[in-house]
Amino acid sequence: MTGLFGEIFLSALLFGAVTAAIPLLLAGLGEQMSEKAGVLNIGIEGMMLAGAYLGFVGAFYSGSLWLGFLTSAGGGIAVALVMALLCVRIGLNQIVIGIALTLGLEGLTALLHHFQFSRSYPRLPAVDVTVIPLLSDIPVIGPALFRQHLSVYLAVALVFAMGYVYRRTQLGLNLQAAGDKPAALDVAGIDVVRTRTIAVLTTGALAGLGGAFLANVGAGLFIPFITNGAGFLGIVLAMLARGRPVWVLFGALLFGVCLSLTTAMQVAGINIPTDVIQMLPFLAVMIMLVLFGRRASLPAALGIPYERGAR
Amino acid sequence: MSSASSLSVDKRDIVALEGVTKRFPGVVANDSVDLAIRPGEVHVLLGENGAGKSTLIGMLSGLQQPDEGRILVDGEPTAITSPRHALALGIGTVFQHMMLVPTLTVAENLLLGGPWWQRPKTEELEARVAEITRTLGITVKLHARVSELSLGEQQQVEILRAMVRNSRLLILDESTSMLTPKGIDELGALMRRLVEQGLAIVFITHKLKEAAAFGDRISVLKLGRKVGEIPPERFRALGEQVIISEIVELMFGKQKDDPEAAERPVRTIHAEAAPLLQVHDLGVAPTDDAPGLSSISFDIRPGELLGIAGIDGNGQKQLAEALAGQRATAYGSVRLQGATIDALSVGERRERGLRYLTDDRLGEGTVGTFPVSINFFLKQVGAAPFWRRGVEQRAEIDKRAAQLVREYDVRTPSLKTPVARLSGGNIQKVLLARELAEGAKVVIFNKPTYGLDLANTLASRQRIRDTAARGLAVLLISTDLEELLSMCDRIAVIANGLLVGTVENADDARTKIGRLMIGLAA
Amino acid sequence: MSIDTAPSAGATALDATAAVVTRRDIQHRLLMTLGPILAALIIAGSILLAVGVDPLAYYSFVLKRGLLSPLGIQQTLTRMAPLLFLAAGLIVAFRAGMWNLGGDGQFLLGAVTAAASAPALVQVMPAWLALICSFVIAMLVAMIWSLVPALLRAYQGVNEIITTLMMTFLGTSLANVLVKLVFRDPGTTVPQTRTLPVEDRLPRLFDTTITSGLLLGLVAIITVHLVMTRTAFGLKLRIVGANPRAAIHAGLGVPKLTVAVFAISAGLAGLAGAVDILGVQGNVRADWNPAYGLAVIPVVFLARMNGFAAIGFVFLLSVLSIGGESAARRLGVPNHFTLVLVSIVLIVLALAEYLDHRYNQSRRELKR
Repeated sequence: MTGLFGEIFLSALLFGAVTAAIPLLLAGLGEQMSEKAGVLNIGIEGMMLAGAYLGFVGAFYSGSLWLGFLTSAGGGIAVALVMALLCVRIGLNQIVIGIALTLGLEGLTALLHHFQFSRSYPRLPAVDVTVIPLLSDIPVIGPALFRQHLSVYLAVALVFAMGYVYRRTQLGLNLQAAGDKPAALDVAGIDVVRTRTIAVLTTGALAGLGGAFLANVGAGLFIPFITNGAGFLGIVLAMLARGRPVWVLFGALLFGVCLSLTTAMQVAGINIPTDVIQMLPFLAVMIMLVLFGRRASLPAALGIPYERGAR
Repeated sequence: MSSASSLSVDKRDIVALEGVTKRFPGVVANDSVDLAIRPGEVHVLLGENGAGKSTLIGMLSGLQQPDEGRILVDGEPTAITSPRHALALGIGTVFQHMMLVPTLTVAENLLLGGPWWQRPKTEELEARVAEITRTLGITVKLHARVSELSLGEQQQVEILRAMVRNSRLLILDESTSMLTPKGIDELGALMRRLVEQGLAIVFITHKLKEAAAFGDRISVLKLGRKVGEIPPERFRALGEQVIISEIVELMFGKQKDDPEAAERPVRTIHAEAAPLLQVHDLGVAPTDDAPGLSSISFDIRPGELLGIAGIDGNGQKQLAEALAGQRATAYGSVRLQGATIDALSVGERRERGLRYLTDDRLGEGTVGTFPVSINFFLKQVGAAPFWRRGVEQRAEIDKRAAQLVREYDVRTPSLKTPVARLSGGNIQKVLLARELAEGAKVVIFNKPTYGLDLANTLASRQRIRDTAARGLAVLLISTDLEELLSMCDRIAVIANGLLVGTVENADDARTKIGRLMIGLAA
Repeated sequence: MSIDTAPSAGATALDATAAVVTRRDIQHRLLMTLGPILAALIIAGSILLAVGVDPLAYYSFVLKRGLLSPLGIQQTLTRMAPLLFLAAGLIVAFRAGMWNLGGDGQFLLGAVTAAASAPALVQVMPAWLALICSFVIAMLVAMIWSLVPALLRAYQGVNEIITTLMMTFLGTSLANVLVKLVFRDPGTTVPQTRTLPVEDRLPRLFDTTITSGLLLGLVAIITVHLVMTRTAFGLKLRIVGANPRAAIHAGLGVPKLTVAVFAISAGLAGLAGAVDILGVQGNVRADWNPAYGLAVIPVVFLARMNGFAAIGFVFLLSVLSIGGESAARRLGVPNHFTLVLVSIVLIVLALAEYLDHRYNQSRRELKR
């Protein structure tokens, strides 16, 4: 059994954890942006699927992973645009529209994939890794963390960029005001609808990128329903992170480790159903909620459409 | 009448309104209003609730557009299309409901509204704020979170915000409703310093005394129309009493006295009668968003009207909720007719005759989307004869509801109309009918006339007097001192969750209460 | 205020309880339902057209297979049984303003426990009693499963959207674990539970293949509708849903009612799982998840949380999915198209309702 927990195994496990965590991270960061601005975005699963499909198609036909990321962001934004129009501009119920978009995109991407590729599942070539000198020589964590695709580093950098935006920029103030007291933002001369629209579209872009990472970098192919609840996990992460991007990163890594462990166990031939391990992160979070269950500090105006002068 | 004095456009006007009309479904909020606003003047807009003051401000601050007429800024016809546009024109507004983000700091709130890609210019702001606060003689905690500030401090932040943005016109909407008497005086002095610096101020209020004390020019609004204006020349020429009686005439027609100051009927309360409600050493733990209560004790005898005076947010709502059983108490006891009710639920307390008429009519008093008929019985769901074995008896409900609608003069198109479609006064009647229905012994009224028009205010007050006259014990919570003085037998003052003193309602009650409210001994 | 207000805001827009029903209203409502559905069919049809499928041929095939062929209509009516139970559960939750998004987990756990208990129980007791016991067990398990989100929401104010979502992920995995480790049928190679013999399953109706579970489902949803609209208990739940603060003010025991709502909603989802297993499937295979829960949510909204309307929409959904499954085999259009169609119907209907509301408002203003 020594081989099981050997260096190579641990390293592969960690590598897998990071790969599994990135889509969740992007989804969580995206959802966090919407929620901060007061929009509960249940359609994020649909945005991820749109991104995954278009990202795959883009990368498959162009041969460029980066072009794939571009088309995936476009796909996510397109879905987000529908959400922004219906929920932010004309104020329809966010949960209803969100679920409709998720269901619709589940169906649409499966449908399009069927007519595009019939029953074949073409693969993309394996991605190139960017090796970070020195750091990648550290045993175990070196190969796991510092021999990743460039997009992984960018996604992690995004965590800190978002943190900076929220704490140090005018946009961060605007977003928080849009979620906590939209009327105050309005009388300060900033358009609430526009601020929330920006947030929702950014969410779409991030979710789309997350979907593309899942398909193109993680799996190397697109299969219908590939997100398998990753968007909903993003919602959970965002709500638990209480507005802080770093917590989304920690949460995503926790889930990533568990997901990676499942694969590793299968490879190692251990006879525990993978479902047991998949349950672990949820179990951990639920236990935490039961033990420390307190009112999650959600934005005051979350889920409520803004109407100027409504009394 | 002197309303014809400023109809023509004057070069000195920063902002002028000409024939401005604004309609909402069912109401004409403003009907052909003319108004001239000049630098160096405090222009008081005086009127009852529903006179159209808020709508007028909405149009000046870019939240709403007029349906007819035009607004001139510096003599040019201008459509103020958005709050941003209003700010750019130099119009700053301090709204009645605070427009600050509670989770941000004061500095962050002041910085809100800059170009989105920029870093907030904190240093620049600090310098600017220091300069303004020095000339105005106020202090502001820039790095405190807004949720930690008192309402008075929040208001100063809002005024400061308007100043930071170089406003030439400052609109203050019902700014005194949340302030202590001392705070109101300070605000008056601050306004004076601001107009001396050349600013124009529009000060909205429904209180005659403030209008007379702080104004240079007064415009009186009534049911959406401007019914009169007192220009500065006349203002200076007349004494305060004359001005007040002139305003009263404008607002209420040809009656010489303030109609709100109705003489308090002398009632005889049986001093030896056992108290109906006894509160002893009651305490409530504070929560994140509400102050606690400590050691509250008082008795109310049959037929007695006890008032609770105090600035809003000092624990009045917590007291009412604790008595009604809606809020957990930390210690102390409440007795109803001598029997302790501490362990009883809201429903059981109601059953025994303890009634609570909430101040939040739509927020918790009613379910807006439900029909009027059901809202009468919201606190009796499941009770016979309206429900039998849990099944709704529509005929019984409608019969009784129709009876209550007649008895309490509720103006509603039908029993099935969603209650939120009624006016505030009629919703209040639904609540009165519900709480005063059979079996009431002790009634708690929380701000019963807040936001009502004059007719409904007077009607509600009469109901409350009648309630006491029927031998019930009444607890009247109000932030309107005049109301308490005109109705109560005794008035207790609440501050920071503590009853700081109780005053017999005699001649010197007003001064004593004023001293208690600012923390001096009576 | 927090996110808690979102359901009630939704409920006001979609709640039909306060309206006065007249004949013109019914006509108007019918128009407002059928019009958008037609528009959605056209939009979805143009998607089919874009991928090279004749929409008319597709729709008529779906209609023929799902509604007009004797076999199809029987399958459709059978499919309705679990969906009706799920819809009934969601009506209770949504009317009480609680977003139970955990239907799939509750459904699967109900299914697995029913599948585990029924084959064992038929050996020791008459089949009818075994079925009843299995239903009760499935219901109880689902109820207990909902207790965590219910208690967290009732006593700690933890948002139920996250907790029910997490519990549904957990429940799905747990159901699989149970199938693979605990209730696995030793007699088969693929992991699945023991199979309930066909003769011990819920009886079929008359000489058809329609399960009698359909009747149970109809009873469930009609009962729910009547309880919600005609009883004191239903009114209490609606008060909690429409205005939680008014519920506290009126002295309703909101925490207890919250727990009750979750229990009823989850119990009905558990029954949905049981009715599918005991009437149709006979066993649960590992990784089986029809994901009815999410698909039924739009149905409940389309029906504006009205039980009778929900029956109609559940029927429509069943026709579409049975017909769609058939079309997948014959026309090569994946049955996922049904999801697209449902989603478009929901969006168009919400949009139509908004436009109708705006139109009425401007007309009212013009009248003055």
